[in-house]
Amino acid sequence: MDSNIALTMRGICMTFPGVKALDNVDFTLKKGEIRALMGENGAGKSTLIKCLTGVNKFEAGEIHVDGIEGPIINKDTMDAQKKGISTVYQEVNLCPNLSVAENLYIGREPLTKIGTVNRRKMNQMAAQLMKDLDLDIDVTQNLEEYSLALQQMIAIARAVDMESKVLILDEPTSSLDDNEVEKLFGMMRRLRDQGVGIIFVTHFLEQVYAVCDGITVLRNGTLVGEYSVEELPRVKLVAAMMGKDFDDLASIKPEGINDFSKVPLEIEAKGLSHPGTIKPFDLDIHKGEVVGLTGLLGSGRSELARVIYGADKAHTGTLKVDGKEVKIKAPIDAMNLGMGLLPDDRKAEGIIGDMSVRENIVLAMQAKQGMFKKIPMAKQIEIADKFIDMLQIKTASRETLIKQLSGGNQQKVILARWLATEPDFLILDEPTRGIDIGTKTEIQKLVIKLAEEGKSVIFISSEIEEMLRTCNRMAVLRDGMKVGEIGMEEMTQEGVMHAIAGGDHHE
Amino acid sequence: MSKIKSLTKKQLFLPIFSMILVMLVNVIYDIACGNPPLSFFQIATQTTTSGNTILFGRLIDVLNRGSEVAILAIGMTLVVSASAGTDISVGSVMSLSGGLCCMLLAGYGVTNVSEYKVPLIVGILAGIALAVVCGIFNGFLVAYLNIQPMVATLILWSAGRAIGLLLCNSAIVYVRVPSFQFLGSYCGFLPTPILVAALCILITALVLKFTAVGTFVQAVGINKKAARISGFNSSKIILICYAVCGLCAGIAGIVATSRIYSADTNNIGLNMELDAILAVALGGNSLGGGKFNLAGSIIGAYTIQAITTTLYALKVSSAQAPVYKAIVVILIVVIQSEPVKAYFKKLSAKKAAAKEAN
Repeated sequence: MDSNIALTMRGICMTFPGVKALDNVDFTLKKGEIRALMGENGAGKSTLIKCLTGVNKFEAGEIHVDGIEGPIINKDTMDAQKKGISTVYQEVNLCPNLSVAENLYIGREPLTKIGTVNRRKMNQMAAQLMKDLDLDIDVTQNLEEYSLALQQMIAIARAVDMESKVLILDEPTSSLDDNEVEKLFGMMRRLRDQGVGIIFVTHFLEQVYAVCDGITVLRNGTLVGEYSVEELPRVKLVAAMMGKDFDDLASIKPEGINDFSKVPLEIEAKGLSHPGTIKPFDLDIHKGEVVGLTGLLGSGRSELARVIYGADKAHTGTLKVDGKEVKIKAPIDAMNLGMGLLPDDRKAEGIIGDMSVRENIVLAMQAKQGMFKKIPMAKQIEIADKFIDMLQIKTASRETLIKQLSGGNQQKVILARWLATEPDFLILDEPTRGIDIGTKTEIQKLVIKLAEEGKSVIFISSEIEEMLRTCNRMAVLRDGMKVGEIGMEEMTQEGVMHAIAGGDHHE
Repeated sequence: MSKIKSLTKKQLFLPIFSMILVMLVNVIYDIACGNPPLSFFQIATQTTTSGNTILFGRLIDVLNRGSEVAILAIGMTLVVSASAGTDISVGSVMSLSGGLCCMLLAGYGVTNVSEYKVPLIVGILAGIALAVVCGIFNGFLVAYLNIQPMVATLILWSAGRAIGLLLCNSAIVYVRVPSFQFLGSYCGFLPTPILVAALCILITALVLKFTAVGTFVQAVGINKKAARISGFNSSKIILICYAVCGLCAGIAGIVATSRIYSADTNNIGLNMELDAILAVALGGNSLGGGKFNLAGSIIGAYTIQAITTTLYALKVSSAQAPVYKAIVVILIVVIQSEPVKAYFKKLSAKKAAAKEAN
């Protein structure tokens, strides 16, 4: 093996029931290189990585790692780690009920002379590691005390600390805000300069160009090509991923109504709040209007929507839906008023993993009908098939368990669950996170179509561009407080950034 | 061949397979002893002293004696599925409901009666109602106060039997009225407990088939948070499951009491919660909650009884029986475990590959 190469994979093949997930895929990673692994949902990125880390057993092919003679097959992630391959997955896979330090050193705790865990040393080491990475974290606190973003950073810190030759970052940035992303990039560059090979899986194109040296593109389980960043500009990359020419995303916004002042209100919130997450706010949403909630992560944008929906119970204030004052005690009340919420944490609050695609799609409908009125099986099948077809959900069958689907397809199933209830008002919290470009566009188009049908939407996204394309108006949040609204005319990338940042720029 | 393959993939395959295995042991034993090989399945008729014709045989005995555990397994399955925990109080609750029933029928402090103080139905319903209350109490602790199921139900596990004993004034209360024995003896030629269990199973199966209760319970069991966002009242559903579990314990308690026409609070339902939990596990259900298969639990319940009956048929002394029972349970659990399943899968894949190569 070339001494400059950190990792090669040759001819990897892998089948899932009914789907050829990887077909003869090659992959090369140099030392001191950050290589983006790109592809749409179901292209095989996660599968390839799971083959590498021993989570999936591949059927054919060889993996070689620098410093180890002959091909390797990892039994599991622990085994992979021993061979210098560390991974940070899309969703944080740490133990929320253990302390940060315990999470960092789980399975390799420093020991005392008599063989018990040396907690003091462990906490010191952890604190030092956090300091090195410029993270302000109390390592003795339980992991669950920290935001998803910080948990993600801790997961990365854990992987980084394990003296890896190959570091895999599977969508590490999808829950981080810009500042945190920059910090992560700094971390990545430092590691690259130390000779670590990094595989970076992301859906954010700009990040690829900000930090990567090379790009490997997969499509439908096959290798499209391995490129350097220079030879593959954005448009060509998207074309390579989608296998067709780039359908310009910027042009989907219709020239519909911009003046909603004469349209009746769907939602009228006055002084709603939930202690600890969101301070009292007012928000009006007209029928057929798409309102974006923007702000940094943790600014309260999800929390605001959750209070309206009753996922967190409102402590103060009043809510009118369609002109009538209502009391929402639990999500089911909101659903009966025609609402739906697609939550941002798909794994924790979205999917019912051990249920089939069909069961997941009809779930909310069934909840509305109640325990004793079962939706007839024929109807369930009809609804499931309709949405699988409409949203082009890639699944072996409607009876496949949802946990076997790729992240983007899971998201489509959850979306289908809400569309099936025919809501008047839909809250979409990060509906496109971890989803490929093609599907992103589809979802954005769908939002606009819903609005055209007179349905109201709250749209929350970390990607400002996406919000600009879909929203008629935006509400800005900062530190758990709604601080203002941005009308159509001020809605530019820069205007929104300024509004989010707040403070200085006006003076 | 392909038919067999698709059969082995079904969740119920292993529970049924285990049951057949236990029956096979009987057949082999009978052959070895020179009995007719199928004497396990033989059902004979017998005329009792009172002149009734009844059925008897080892199979009937399994179905009869297994009734209580089968009834308990229904409730336990729901509890395990919805709350990823077990209700260890069911044995005590059985004893408590039997105790209350007998106490009402005999009157407090009376230990031996030959006529009812209150109508039979009042005693039975009161006993069952108290069991439901116990279930609601457990459910409330688990669903609304977020106490771990094992700890929450530990309270009644220890207190239930004691309260039953208090109700009976620390004595065994005998109710020597023939109609009281009906539920524990014979209805025509069949043992009544078999009919009671069959009725409970039938009602539950119909409810699961024609309503969405199963979906509600499983959704909550698999992902409580997601179920809440999708409009399910998770806490209420968990509470209902515990209440149903209490109901089952009540019914089983009345049947067990009726068998011995007395409230022997120290012994009724003793350790039966463990059999009920084992039945759920033998049925191929994960004790981690989520998806469940009621038929599996029921088969599991009767398998446990079949093991016990077999051991008695083999003339194993009751002191040694638990050891043999443990061995059989280990075997069954091992063949159902994931690594063993994976091993057999690999083996059959290798065979298929070898065939192809030829």
